[in-house]
Amino acid sequence: MNVNKKKIYPQWFIVLPLVIYVLFFLLPSILGVGYSFTDWSSKSAKTGIHFVGLKNYIDIFTSNKNYVQGILHTLMFTVVSNIIKLIPALFLAILLNESIKCRGLYRTLFYLPSILPFVIIGLIFKSILNYNNGLLNAALEFLHLGFLKQKWLSDLGVVWKSIFAVDAWRGVGYVMTIFIAGLSAIPSSYYEAASIDGANFWQKLRMITLPMLKGSIMINLVFGITYGLKVFDIIYVLTNGGPGHATEVLTTYSFQLYSTGQYGMSTAMNTVLLIITAIIGVGVVKMMSRQEG
Amino acid sequence: MMKRRISAVLKQAVCILLSIIVIAPFYMVLINSFKGKSEAARMSLSLPAEWLFSNYAEVIEKAKLWQGLGNSLLYALVSTFIGVILSAMAAFVLSRNKIKLNKFLYFFILCGLFFPINYVTLIRVLQFFHLNDTRIGIIITFTGAMIPFCVFTIYNFISSVPTEMDEAAVIDGAGPLSLFFRIIVPMLKPTMVTCFILQFMTVWSDFLTPLYLSSKSKMFPMTMSVYQFFGKNKNSWNYIFADIILTCLPVIIVYLLGQRYIIGGLTSGAVKE
Repeated sequence: MNVNKKKIYPQWFIVLPLVIYVLFFLLPSILGVGYSFTDWSSKSAKTGIHFVGLKNYIDIFTSNKNYVQGILHTLMFTVVSNIIKLIPALFLAILLNESIKCRGLYRTLFYLPSILPFVIIGLIFKSILNYNNGLLNAALEFLHLGFLKQKWLSDLGVVWKSIFAVDAWRGVGYVMTIFIAGLSAIPSSYYEAASIDGANFWQKLRMITLPMLKGSIMINLVFGITYGLKVFDIIYVLTNGGPGHATEVLTTYSFQLYSTGQYGMSTAMNTVLLIITAIIGVGVVKMMSRQEG
Repeated sequence: MMKRRISAVLKQAVCILLSIIVIAPFYMVLINSFKGKSEAARMSLSLPAEWLFSNYAEVIEKAKLWQGLGNSLLYALVSTFIGVILSAMAAFVLSRNKIKLNKFLYFFILCGLFFPINYVTLIRVLQFFHLNDTRIGIIITFTGAMIPFCVFTIYNFISSVPTEMDEAAVIDGAGPLSLFFRIIVPMLKPTMVTCFILQFMTVWSDFLTPLYLSSKSKMFPMTMSVYQFFGKNKNSWNYIFADIILTCLPVIIVYLLGQRYIIGGLTSGAVKE
């Protein structure tokens, strides 16, 4: 059989997908690293592209344009948005893994927001969070909680909270769904045995649920972290980085630099993101290849 | 007994409350899409004074919705179809013939799960192939970006497909292509459908790729044309809401039809543990 392997499983099956992946996905990233050391800009058609060394990176880390803050925002968003989604989603999954009425309907419903385009969600919440006639402030007034009214998207103190809330509204159901699948694979006899031993909810959670959910937690973290680092749409549509530059992240700066024709700077910004994701990605892939054996 | 009933009621209450939080925005959008301009601007949850179904007809024309729909369908269907088939072929060989090179290639492709696309230099690459500002350029970008995820998902599934079938088919004189398309693809159907649905919805929702890659509005998919429409008609919320409903409808339909595949696919990696 070994002799035939090359014939039944021809290597050329891999060539086309590999070429597309390398040319249109990987190559731009590698080129980006190269261009990040140049003064490439919209004027380069006339003046040519020159090697400028680390100038772009020095600009990013020392200029007064808050690029560093954008990078920090990206990291902050990644950490906070994951915590905000994972913990409630876990409890929701545990709740919907029990036999409660209409649980199929709830599962379908809670997952629904995560299939919608971010742009749409951004637009919907732009209207809901509108100070004067948005649904949220109207609801607060209706409940006689008018004192809680906020300028949700323009007040520096609340704007990030609004973004996180919208992000959670969309994402909790997705995380929950992955947890439910993990939960359904845990044999119920474990819990029965633990109940006989007199374990309470928290003990069962710590000793059975969490260790058995390792795979689902891992998947959620990988998806969540890569999503967080690349976040763009929701911030672009909700606040466009504002008020001022208060909610600017790495990708919004990168787009801004691109649209103002500073291509070299934009690719440098992207390279920073590439390095951050590469460090995390290599770690995860290493862990997976260890499992693969 | 009493305690159990109280806890059941509490759990239902939590679920109902969360359901309201999920549904309220949808309801608000739907109900206001039938109102007149000034009534919709108040964004209340009350029923319209007069049901203006004509909003939809008007917005389809004003926002050039057919064009957006056509582009979205073209991008999503073609890129996903090609991407899933190519990924399945690669995953098949990578998983069946685990020589050193193929193990390396598998993890090489997996790296793409994490990396961001560098659009600025991508445009440069597309220019080189004379594909910038073309629909083919956008499609091939989407295809390239989905390959890591699809290879990863399908690769995990293939290991559960027995190899005896391969051998039998080859003994019967089948070539690799007919082995793959006639024997393997039917067995991979569930995971390929999952990849197709998930990636279809990803492409449909994508905003960043067309934002960078299409400078002409006639190439905009629905997400872009909604956003552009919003920019031009900031006060006509009735039209914007109608546009939102029409943009969401296709993905919601795909979701409801393919729901069991989505859940199965999302979790194929998670349950393996």
